[in-house]
Amino acid sequence: MSGALLSTEGLASAYGQSQVLWDVGIELAPGTATALIGRNGVGKSTLLGAIAGTRSATAGRIVFEGADITGLPAYRRARAGIGYVPQGRHIFPHLTVMENLETGLSAGGGRVGGNARVPQHIFDLFPKLHAIRDRKGGFLSGGEQQQLAIGRALAGAPRLLLLDEPTEGIQPNVVQQIEAALRTVRDTLGMTILIVEQYLDFVWRFADGYCAMQGGRIVGRGSTATETAAEVAHLVQI
Amino acid sequence: MDSLLFLTQLFNGVSVASLYLLAALGLALSFGLMRVINMAHGEMLMLGGYLAYLTLIVVPGPLAILIAIPVAFAGAALMGGVVQTALISRLAQRPLDTLLATWGVSLILQQAARDIFGAIGVEVRAPDWLGGGMAVGGVNLPSTRLFIIAVTIAVLAGIALLLKRSRIGLLVRAVNQDRMMAGAVGIDVRRVDLMVFCLGSGIAGLAGVVLALLGPVTPNVGQSYIIPAFLVVVMGGLGSLVGTTVAALILGLFSALAQIFVDVSMAQVLLLLFVILFLQARPQGVIAIRSRALDA
Repeated sequence: MSGALLSTEGLASAYGQSQVLWDVGIELAPGTATALIGRNGVGKSTLLGAIAGTRSATAGRIVFEGADITGLPAYRRARAGIGYVPQGRHIFPHLTVMENLETGLSAGGGRVGGNARVPQHIFDLFPKLHAIRDRKGGFLSGGEQQQLAIGRALAGAPRLLLLDEPTEGIQPNVVQQIEAALRTVRDTLGMTILIVEQYLDFVWRFADGYCAMQGGRIVGRGSTATETAAEVAHLVQI
Repeated sequence: MDSLLFLTQLFNGVSVASLYLLAALGLALSFGLMRVINMAHGEMLMLGGYLAYLTLIVVPGPLAILIAIPVAFAGAALMGGVVQTALISRLAQRPLDTLLATWGVSLILQQAARDIFGAIGVEVRAPDWLGGGMAVGGVNLPSTRLFIIAVTIAVLAGIALLLKRSRIGLLVRAVNQDRMMAGAVGIDVRRVDLMVFCLGSGIAGLAGVVLALLGPVTPNVGQSYIIPAFLVVVMGGLGSLVGTTVAALILGLFSALAQIFVDVSMAQVLLLLFVILFLQARPQGVIAIRSRALDA
């Protein structure tokens, strides 16, 4: 469909000989948040990695803003407008918070040098980051690292934000902050979001649509407005 | 013990350490970033030496040696870029093949030098302003060796500044700490690899100019420095700037001070024994944390 910001067709991926994604087709409408739900090990993170380009696809196509990006290396996808917050956050441990954010600027326009600065709205979304801007990434708490990872992805001014379990192992009050920030990102900045999330109550509070995965395939999709979490729960439970 | 001899050897140790460090820095940089061992690194020294020789033919005069330094840096960096682009980047994730392939490059470059310049070697005469020396407390400090130490300090400071303060240094550190994530934030990881490899090779070329002041440039001049350079990198803790510097100092001083008591070849044996024992006690090298690499 031409209206989608990102779509995949017949996407497959494998770890060596063992295939973990089968014939995945998803479509993300601009300005919406879609949740990828499913149990552990069903391929949600692999799908996110395949879209971000940190994993390679073994079959299928990924189309972003009308361009086929299937064969592009991760850095070209980042520069094309895909921001990625991976599982485990992957903060650069020996760089300061500010330096971590500055690495995110590499995605914006792709120029290395110059005087590009970390946009102020990132500190408006996550005021804590400004307070700890000189601390090394490796010394931050989980919640701080998560905010930093999202801020770093936003520094590249992406049009699509990929988030892998941003609430995992984080205190409830920080989860609320992150949720509020993500609302701003979608509703005010107009970004499209694809979020891997285990907790359906979070999904139903925040996301517009869901895709459920089982055994490396999409087994269900729909809208959080017309269906209830209880109706979908059987797709993500054993 | 003769304190004059001790002080002289102390000074010699520091200057030997400087040479080791210049030879090892490039190796440490590229190993730290790519986990690649470049067996042709010694030939970048050789190339720098021959480029100094050629520069002195083209540009005579007392300051020619100062022109030779950037020329050798650029020439070796270019050669490094060719090796990285044509060979190493195509053998990513295959360290053993990289080892063999770069060893092949090493042999090819040595033979090329033998064909072009002859097997005997060429002389690079130090300019007159490096001819003398300084006497400090009865110890004679030759100007060439002071020059080597000064060049090393300048190079070390330059690299530390580049890594710590520049935008490119930030990208290098990011790639070094998390290669996957660096790509995902939009850093062209292979370009950073290439830049670091060129920089490392360039430093080796620069070291070649300095070596040429001490002795003839021969086709296999790189071979005599590559072993100590590897020792420095391994002992320094694989890819750490501080560790590499400390290791070079330890090895340089050990070698020079050992020569107070034994002859040169015995000192080499003791040096190797020392490194073996050191790595038995501290296999991770001087600087322990692997991911601290390049974090000056």
